[in-house]
Amino acid sequence: MNTPVKENDGNGNLMSDQTNNARPSSLSDVSANRERNKVGGTAPLGTGLEARGVHAWFDKHHALSDVSLDFSAGTVTALIGPSGCGKSTFIRTLNRMHEFIPKTSMAGQVLLDGKDIYEPGIDVTKIRLQIGMVFQKPNPFPSMTIGENVLSGIKLAQLKVDNHDELLEECLTRAGLWNEVKDRLGAHAGGLSGGQQQRLCIARALAVKPKVLLMDEPCSALDPGSTLRIEETISQLSKSMTIVIVTHNMQQAARVSDYTAFFLSDGGPGQMIEVGPTTEIFSRPRDERTENYVTGRFG
Amino acid sequence: MSIDAPAKAIPQPRKITTKPRVSDQIFRAIVTAFSFSALVILSLIAIFLLMKGFNTLKQQGIGFITNFEWSVVVDDGGVETAHFGLQAMLIGTVVISFIALFIAVPLSVLTALFLTFYAPERVKRILVTVVDLMAAFPSILYGLWGFFVLMPMAEYWAKLIHKWLGWIYIFDLPDPIYTRSPFIAGIVLSVMIIPIITSVSREVFAQTPLDRVQAAYALGATKWGMIRAVVLPFGAGGVVGGSMLGLGRAFGETVAVFSVLNIVFRTNFQILFTQGGNVASMIIQKWGEAGPSEVSALMAAGLVLFILTLFVNFLANSVVTRTVKSGR
Ligand SMILES: Nc1ncnc2c1ncn2[C@@H]1O[C@H](COP(=O)(O)OP(=O)(O)O)[C@@H](O)[C@H]1O
Ligand SMILES: [Mg+2]
Repeated sequence: MNTPVKENDGNGNLMSDQTNNARPSSLSDVSANRERNKVGGTAPLGTGLEARGVHAWFDKHHALSDVSLDFSAGTVTALIGPSGCGKSTFIRTLNRMHEFIPKTSMAGQVLLDGKDIYEPGIDVTKIRLQIGMVFQKPNPFPSMTIGENVLSGIKLAQLKVDNHDELLEECLTRAGLWNEVKDRLGAHAGGLSGGQQQRLCIARALAVKPKVLLMDEPCSALDPGSTLRIEETISQLSKSMTIVIVTHNMQQAARVSDYTAFFLSDGGPGQMIEVGPTTEIFSRPRDERTENYVTGRFG
Repeated sequence: MSIDAPAKAIPQPRKITTKPRVSDQIFRAIVTAFSFSALVILSLIAIFLLMKGFNTLKQQGIGFITNFEWSVVVDDGGVETAHFGLQAMLIGTVVISFIALFIAVPLSVLTALFLTFYAPERVKRILVTVVDLMAAFPSILYGLWGFFVLMPMAEYWAKLIHKWLGWIYIFDLPDPIYTRSPFIAGIVLSVMIIPIITSVSREVFAQTPLDRVQAAYALGATKWGMIRAVVLPFGAGGVVGGSMLGLGRAFGETVAVFSVLNIVFRTNFQILFTQGGNVASMIIQKWGEAGPSEVSALMAAGLVLFILTLFVNFLANSVVTRTVKSGR
């Protein structure tokens, strides 16, 4: 059976991870899983991303130490861990947003399609087109209308698009916002609720057709209803792209992700303690610290 | 608790008061007095100008603004006939101020963008100090510089402009005299208002919300793309406000304009020609040899300038509040 990693049951509810026996049971099954999808002829699953020995510094402060993680094409990976353990820092090294903060530095490699995105001479703007990002706080452009917001990336990167209306509808639909805004695309984005604004930001990120989508606590500023909508959106999107999501909410990690990586800082730089299929991380983690965290004993 | 207890009457809202301490009251009185003193001084100036200029205004009526003749003739019988019309000066003021804005706004915005987003920290510190110094310079120095240094160069530029754009009315001129023109006065003024526009723009640009900047970059924007999509819409209100402040300064500038402008009571839109007007410099020019009736006219001119400046500042405020609201 060519079951995708995760499925929507058609009513917008995620099928329980535990009941989906097509889930890979260990990390080594990831490639097998990808193979299965290929054989099954499903839609292309985007592109994998790989971090190799990533370190990050803020000036002299060593914030992140030696993180290696493989994000396979078409998977959703959740990054969890207590505050200040370097999750945001790590996710920002993945699309070179880290370097915007003055005096920061990094070491290691981040491979997109096997190519190092930090290679000298590479065009950063092209990298960011392929690796989109959604931020913790919804940040639409308030001077633009809803429609202009969605297409802003196209304009900024000067991409050619045949049919703007079509793209607009497609992105808003994929972000689960189309029905709510289709009658007021010309209204200013500031008039939307927080949850709608965040989905608008997702639509905006989708418009430039990224292969990977990074989300840094996309739901932490939202109400439960909006959170649910965005989780549905994520599971829809995961069919066609690679997603990395930082979340503080353990249930959310369990609901939306295929893999979970646990980060921790013991006073020093943040480290990645353990990674594995989400079910395993939550049911039988190998590391005691992971277990303490996921069972709520600290953090 | 009984069920059929009578419905409770809705009480009147209570009046809430506090009795501040004496020390607090004293302090409050002091700050109130000081903050109102600015208003009082401003009103006193206006009243003074109005009283002194009242005769002229009564005599000339609306003609004081719409006529452009300015003359006092005393005939053999000792009867004085006076014509006081400000039109040429008012239009001249607006013309050179707009020339100044036309040059200063783009330069200031580009400087502010460079300082905020491109300049290395050290270059930035030095440049900011220099620009602030420019604002503190006495205006007579700008006048001298304008006369001795700028004028010869600007004369050459004016000839070039006339050569290529002379077919446009405002760049044409009746006689080939290029010195002491509104064009040159405008350039001097532009240098004088660049600091204020730059520093206001720089301040608003620096306040651009970081999350929007990051959103643009994360969408693959270049720095310039980010500036266009995020910084300029956000900062537009501030740029307009700074420009209006600059306009206010340009309207009232006296000595610097006086040094480089040939003041003639004729409405002239041909900016390269040696003929212009400016209310403030006109006042200074006429002051020395003015008789009583002309002094009254100059006071009235001062009042007009006062109202004009007040109006521009008022407009600046409302424009800024509006753009700020829609831009953020
Ligand atoms: N802009 C910054 N400047 C300096 N230090 C920072 C900055 N952002 C984060 N840090 C530091 O880096 C470490 C990791 O932070 P972060 O990645 O934001 O953690 P998380 O997202 O897991 O809560 C923390 O120790 C934090 O203090
Ligand atoms: Mg964070």
